[in-house]
Amino acid sequence: MIKAVMMMNTQGKPRLAKFYDFLVRCLPVEKQQELIRGVFSVLSSRPENVSNFLEIDSLFGPDSRLVYKHYATLYFVLVFDGSENELAMLDLIQVLVETLDKCFSNVCELDIVFNYSKMHTVLDEIVFGGQVLETRSDEVMKAVEEISKSEAASNSISLVPKSVSGWRGGR
Amino acid sequence: MEQLKTIGRELAMGSQGGFGQSKEFLDLVKSIGEARSKAEEDRIVLSEIDILKRKLLEPDIPKRKMKEYIIRLVYIEMLGHDASFGYIHAVKMTHDDNLLLKRTGYLAVTLFLNEDHDLIILIVNTIQKDLRSDNYLVVCAALNAICRLINEETIPAVLPQVVDLLNHQKEAVRKKAIMALHRFHRKSPSSVSHLISNFRKRLCDNDPGVMGATLCPLFDLITEDVSSYKDLVSSFVSILKQVTERRLPKSYDYHQMPAPFIQIKLLKILALLGCGDKSASEIMSMVLGDLFRKCDSSTNIGNAILYECIRCISCIIPSPKLLEAAADAISKFLKSDSHNLKYMGIDGLGRLIKISPDIAEQHQLAVIDCLEDPDDTLKRKTFELLYKMTKSSNVEVIVDRMTDYMISINDNHYKTEIASRCVELAEQFAPSNQWFIQVIMNKVFEHAGDLVNIKVAHNLMRLIAEGFGEDDDDADSKLRLSAVESHLQIMSEPKLPSLFLQVISWVLGEYGTADGKYSASYISGKLCDVADAYSSDETVKGYAVSALMKIYAFEIASGRKVDVLPECQSLIEELLASHSTDLQQRAYELQALLALDARAVESILPLDASCEDIEVDKDLSFLNGYIQQAIESGAQPYISERERSCMLETTDYHSQDHHEVPSHALRFEAYERPKPSSLPTQASTELVPVPEPSYYSEAHQPISTSSVSERESSEIKLRLDGVKQKWGRPSYQSSTSASSTPPQAANGTSSHPDVGVGSSSLKPRSSYESKKPEIDPEKQRLAASLFGGSSTSRSDRKSSSGGHKPAKGTASKPPKENPIPVQPPPDLLDFGEPTATSVTATDPFKELEGLMDSSSQDGGSTDVMGVLYSDAAPVTTTTSVDSLLSELSDSSKGNPGTYQSQTSKGPNSKEALEKDALVRQMGVNPTSQNPTLFKDLLG
Repeated sequence: MIKAVMMMNTQGKPRLAKFYDFLVRCLPVEKQQELIRGVFSVLSSRPENVSNFLEIDSLFGPDSRLVYKHYATLYFVLVFDGSENELAMLDLIQVLVETLDKCFSNVCELDIVFNYSKMHTVLDEIVFGGQVLETRSDEVMKAVEEISKSEAASNSISLVPKSVSGWRGGR
Repeated sequence: MEQLKTIGRELAMGSQGGFGQSKEFLDLVKSIGEARSKAEEDRIVLSEIDILKRKLLEPDIPKRKMKEYIIRLVYIEMLGHDASFGYIHAVKMTHDDNLLLKRTGYLAVTLFLNEDHDLIILIVNTIQKDLRSDNYLVVCAALNAICRLINEETIPAVLPQVVDLLNHQKEAVRKKAIMALHRFHRKSPSSVSHLISNFRKRLCDNDPGVMGATLCPLFDLITEDVSSYKDLVSSFVSILKQVTERRLPKSYDYHQMPAPFIQIKLLKILALLGCGDKSASEIMSMVLGDLFRKCDSSTNIGNAILYECIRCISCIIPSPKLLEAAADAISKFLKSDSHNLKYMGIDGLGRLIKISPDIAEQHQLAVIDCLEDPDDTLKRKTFELLYKMTKSSNVEVIVDRMTDYMISINDNHYKTEIASRCVELAEQFAPSNQWFIQVIMNKVFEHAGDLVNIKVAHNLMRLIAEGFGEDDDDADSKLRLSAVESHLQIMSEPKLPSLFLQVISWVLGEYGTADGKYSASYISGKLCDVADAYSSDETVKGYAVSALMKIYAFEIASGRKVDVLPECQSLIEELLASHSTDLQQRAYELQALLALDARAVESILPLDASCEDIEVDKDLSFLNGYIQQAIESGAQPYISERERSCMLETTDYHSQDHHEVPSHALRFEAYERPKPSSLPTQASTELVPVPEPSYYSEAHQPISTSSVSERESSEIKLRLDGVKQKWGRPSYQSSTSASSTPPQAANGTSSHPDVGVGSSSLKPRSSYESKKPEIDPEKQRLAASLFGGSSTSRSDRKSSSGGHKPAKGTASKPPKENPIPVQPPPDLLDFGEPTATSVTATDPFKELEGLMDSSSQDGGSTDVMGVLYSDAAPVTTTTSVDSLLSELSDSSKGNPGTYQSQTSKGPNSKEALEKDALVRQMGVNPTSQNPTLFKDLLG
């Protein structure tokens, strides 16, 4: 089971954090922040060119592993337990990033900051309740687009374009 | 000019609200991005909280505005500030009919609230309504919220609807409904125990995605109870076989692997089912063998599947052939330059070593390389492997390495773990007690004394007291003397851990003067020093005083005159007035003892009496009469703590042993007519009709060759390829440079007893590939001491190891066999012919092959999965051509030359640069060079 999905930038600012583990979810906000900070301090102390895996029992309880990937200014982090495969989780990050890249055409940190709800939509299509739901980024895209379309329809008086591509087209 | 442009854009953005957000939100993000310190950030957020608090109080807020406030609240909370004042508005927003607002509301609520929050009650009704919605997107949003918000009490309120959704026409909904049910199962197994058959039913869903989703709950269920799912072994095997034969629609391919995530889940399930079960292991052995042959070890996901196969083989009872295939895969991993693969290789080695202990031998140099790797994760994994392969012949080297590493790290959590492992190994395999005391005392206690279990200290004391166990008093007293000597030496070091000092005090008290080498006044002076130096630690003081008492007692008993040192006297006086009653008592006892005569003292504290058994009456039976008396006179009988806690109804949500759903006081169906409870009972009926699956015929239409070529020519594909490139290259190549860095001095082997001191440990190491002919002699020696064979060449090693190792043939035999073939219960799903496969007595491979053949020939009624996928059979030729084509085109794209030319004319670079400029402007990330994620795509 996946316990948490996190994104943070290289200065340690959280960009997205989603916890699936029951115990972690019941922690107060400050404790969750401590976890994020703890993860960041471990990640930032890792040298380059080493493995993407960490055993992180000290923060998330026994049998917790962490897989991370560093893209430009962002860390993508997955925390999970022994019932998942580390290499597969690494590919799941890849799926997520590929999907985001399609979604925002050349995704960058700013997209993630400003399109908070869309980020979550994408993530919810991939990971659901701590389990891997879908790994085909085309399918995820289809679902996300359908949601956006239907949101736009229900919100026809919308004055504001909703995606980056819309913003770009507007200029 | 450039400046003007950026200013212009900023103005345009401000008015328009780029990224679909208002100017206020942009400003907030910007100012937080520019904050120089945490304090400044906090200040900004606090003022934002004030603003939002004020704004939320305004009457008649337009909905669009409200949505933005809520997004801002979410943002604030993500930064670690309390946004609870706005929760209620998020809850209200979920009630909205507008999909956008509803989804925003659900998102905020799922992020704000946990399962036990009071506001959940207000949402349950909305969720119930939404689950029944005609719009499947609304249903999905509600299902998503369920997973994160529903607690044990509210499960019954939504359960019927979720079960209904298992038959929804949209596969996306079915999938999510299964996941929601799975989540309920995790939260409270009893609440859905009657619905478990649904998971089996969904296993043969028309949609492979739904089938894949079902594997998640089934994995959990099988983990809990293997035996009741043995009947599914052949079904899982046949699904896996069909997946690997590319019978699934091509859209399930990921990096040319067919549905890898489904394969991995299936392998995990097979590992559970085949554990210790010979017949099940035989059924799955053919498909495992196929997987080893088919897996593409050049992609990450291919390696993921290979690793999962290794894992599976380490769980089941494998055939020698499979074991060999697994060993080959492991050696490929270990030889790889990627740290990730090395990690997986070490992990696999650790798993396989249980079945065939001599497998590690051929990888000894690779293992030692990993041990000296700068990557901490890899190093720790390797220590785990060493821990697993420790035996009495190599324990000294391994524990030595472990303690060295333990001393070098600061992570207390891991320090504790590795210290306890050292102790465990030392206790189990110690070649001599002398060594044990040296290692545990000098290394583990000195450096991690505060972290190890107190039991370790007690064990150490007992070991010193009991000695070798045999009646060899001479050796025992030598051991004690050496313990005393090394303790006296270590004592002078500053800041020793409390636990270690306790052991030291105890040993000095018992045996300090036993040999007559040290005088009583010398030892007592040392003990007083300890008590003085660690005056804040009462336990240590207590031990020290008791030790003093023993020393003086032995002196008195042997008839010598005791002269109490002045510092001891002052210590005793100080303790007589101590705040701690324990210390006071000890001091008074000591004082009293000093006044007694030799005979009395000897009977109070006889010499070396610590080993004498004291009979403890745990049941306190001598009090029975008293209790009887008390009960007779009307006292309540004692109830043990365990019984008392059972009587209290704990409502802790993760207590697994609740067998009945707690009757919840709230009725969520208050506004409806009470439902007849027919739904759950209907669902719990045992027999599950197998739906006629027919999705492959339709699923195959869209994946014709044209769609593939179309996708290949599209721009998305182009960029994606680059992504893959990025994915593949840095991690797989970079490690060559890492492996040539000199090993850290801290990890040098200079401290080894059997290795030359200060030799070549600082020499730069050549990479593993090239050093075969000339291997660092030191490393060779280390390898020899770890693995018990010389490592000059492989053939040499084999011949030398042949003597003291069991022959390979016998070693690789399955350790235990299950003589009783498991007779599967009646097959619910009627997959294939399980009886035929499970009763096999002859060659399982042939039998299985025959089964597969017959199923694909007559298809008809026997093999459901066969029918499922049989439509795909005619298409296989075209798919193979497709894959060949795509591979070809892929390999041409993998060529760096073409790759760069493609990217340089790609349309994205300008956009990305623009975005970059914007990022800088926004100040989200002022220090970064180019915040675009795929910057190396831009060249």
